[in-house]
Amino acid sequence: METLVSIRGLTVDFDLGHRVVRVLHGVDLTIGKGQAIGLVGESGSGKSVTWLAALGLLGPRAHVGGSVQLSGEPLLGVPAARLEAVRGRRVAMIFQDPASALNPVHRIGRQIGEALRLHRGLDGAAARAEAKRLLERVGIADARRRLDDYPHQLSGGTNQRVMIAMALAGEPDMLVADEPTTALDATIQAQILDLLRELRRDGGMSMVLISHDLGVVAENSDRIAVMYAGRIVEEAPTAELFAAPRHPYTTGLLAALPDLDGPRRRLVAIPGTVPEPARLPPGCAFAPRCPQAIAACTTGVPPLVHVATDHRAACIRVQTAMAA
Amino acid sequence: MLRYLSTRLVRALLTICFVVTFAFIILRLSGDPALLILSPDAPPEAIEAFRKSWGLDRPVWEQYFHYFAAIAEGNLGRSMRDGRPALELVLERVPATLALTIPALILKIGIGIPAGIYAALHRNKLADRLTMLFSVAGFTVPSFVLGLLLVLVFSVNLGWLPSGGQDSWVHGILPVITLGTAGAAVLARFTRSAMLEVLGQPYIRTASAKGLPWRRVIIDHALPNAAIPTVTIVGFMVGSLVAGAVVVESVFSWPGVGRLLVIAVANRDLAVVQTILLFVAATMVCANLTVDMLYGWIDPRLRTRRVAGAG
Ligand SMILES: Nc1ncnc2c1ncn2[C@@H]1O[C@H](COP(=O)(O)OP(=O)(O)OP(=O)(O)O)[C@@H](O)[C@H]1O
Ligand code: SF4
Ligand SMILES: [Mg+2]
Repeated sequence: METLVSIRGLTVDFDLGHRVVRVLHGVDLTIGKGQAIGLVGESGSGKSVTWLAALGLLGPRAHVGGSVQLSGEPLLGVPAARLEAVRGRRVAMIFQDPASALNPVHRIGRQIGEALRLHRGLDGAAARAEAKRLLERVGIADARRRLDDYPHQLSGGTNQRVMIAMALAGEPDMLVADEPTTALDATIQAQILDLLRELRRDGGMSMVLISHDLGVVAENSDRIAVMYAGRIVEEAPTAELFAAPRHPYTTGLLAALPDLDGPRRRLVAIPGTVPEPARLPPGCAFAPRCPQAIAACTTGVPPLVHVATDHRAACIRVQTAMAA
Repeated sequence: MLRYLSTRLVRALLTICFVVTFAFIILRLSGDPALLILSPDAPPEAIEAFRKSWGLDRPVWEQYFHYFAAIAEGNLGRSMRDGRPALELVLERVPATLALTIPALILKIGIGIPAGIYAALHRNKLADRLTMLFSVAGFTVPSFVLGLLLVLVFSVNLGWLPSGGQDSWVHGILPVITLGTAGAAVLARFTRSAMLEVLGQPYIRTASAKGLPWRRVIIDHALPNAAIPTVTIVGFMVGSLVAGAVVVESVFSWPGVGRLLVIAVANRDLAVVQTILLFVAATMVCANLTVDMLYGWIDPRLRTRRVAGAG
């Protein structure tokens, strides 16, 4: 498969003034053309920061290292104009809370129109007609009237559809959806996920779906990458990850998943919380919460290595088991 | 909208009643205009006659009702000092005050807002630190101190500018700078924090993620939103156009409303004080109403209600 985006050794340090904190410790991730990747992990694991860093959206206090390439061309350290040509046009991003992600003082039509003018050179009536078509495409009823609405006049679900329409305006090669349904209730959540699936099927767009819920990404991705404390700890095709998870953290996430088809069982949440970036434990960051931790786990950070042809995990026990 | 306006108006009227009453009580309890205007050594008959002619010999509550009823009829009374209508005295002074406060307002807006925006966009850099340093200095130094300092430097030491009076526009320079500095400082700080607040909002990231150049993100997505809180402060400044120069007018002996107020209070010249207070209250109320209207115009959330259903 042709590679669209390739992230290598991505690091992010935030300059907090009194000290510098590393929140990403070298992330490797590849997204193929037309591929859908799910990125999961608990809150604070670095899912959003990964993609904000890749698109240069973190602001001046963040120092980004490593490399990010889009179709072989670098994205890190390039001039602002180069990045602006990529954002929205090649890679679009939508965010968690659609109500605050849209500007409250501008009409929907205008906010979509901006992207249309920028990326497709459309203006005036042509832009309006296209914006209306996009709203219809994402399933908004009475699209013409909605163009003149402000975000606060629309529901959360409709606003997220507007965000998606805005993302589609640039006809991007890839859509990064950062927890697009977390702020929405369950029915709306399902509708938005259906819409994203449909768009991907029709458009051949690559997609990164970020979520803290393995269940959400399961049905919407070809591959899943699991993040913990600023690192990818396991990465595999979706079916394989569910059938044969190798990292104890992934196992923990799976155990916390309600089983839709099978018999009802007790959900087992992973005890403890994600460590703060400034206070990572030595060695494997998951060690304090890991039911399988051994003494060796605290001596060094386990690297992400292949545990099967198309399956990588970062756990000392998996490695020793393979070596044995 | 109508209901909103009428509640605002009722509130404004209550405020004015309160101000009128408050002024009456303070001025009546704190000194005797007859003694102050005629001087304590005046013959007792003259003082008695003065009291009689201004109704000061009647019980206080009667004076109060009399005075209130007159105001309600639109009669603001006459100055006890020279018998001229209070309104005329005050109106006469308004242009002089505006000649200071309007240029000062332009100075505040013209310097304060750009400085605040610049500081926010260069947060924690040297430019930001310097701007904020000047800003803190600008509003912690009381205006009479700043005024005297400017006089000391530019009038006494350098001899470039006059230290008081109102003979030409040159005389206005120091008072305008004195007035403008503190306001510009307040506005700079306020604009900066409004901008920083807006720049941290998710929709700014959305605008960048869309591919908009940073300059357009600022102009189209940050400035209009940051204008919302800033308008409040500017409105307040507009509201104090008439009353905001009391100290500075005194320092620079500028014959405006503020100085008139100081003199009238010293004489317990109730009608004049009253008229000035009413004037000030009226400008404040007008400015507030304008701000409310502007709000509705800038912020669609206040103008439209949620209409669409869920989904
Ligand atoms: N601007 C910032 N300044 C300092 N630290 C930050 C900043 N943005 C994120 N972080 C830190 O980086 C870490 C990763 O954050 P990130 O937002 O990527 O988490 P996430 O996996 O997306 O979680 P969530 O599910 O809550 O969105 C967190 O510890 C967070 O506190
Ligand atoms: S390295 Fe050790 S602590 Fe980390 S996940 Fe594996 S077993 Fe658990
Ligand atoms: Mg996130």
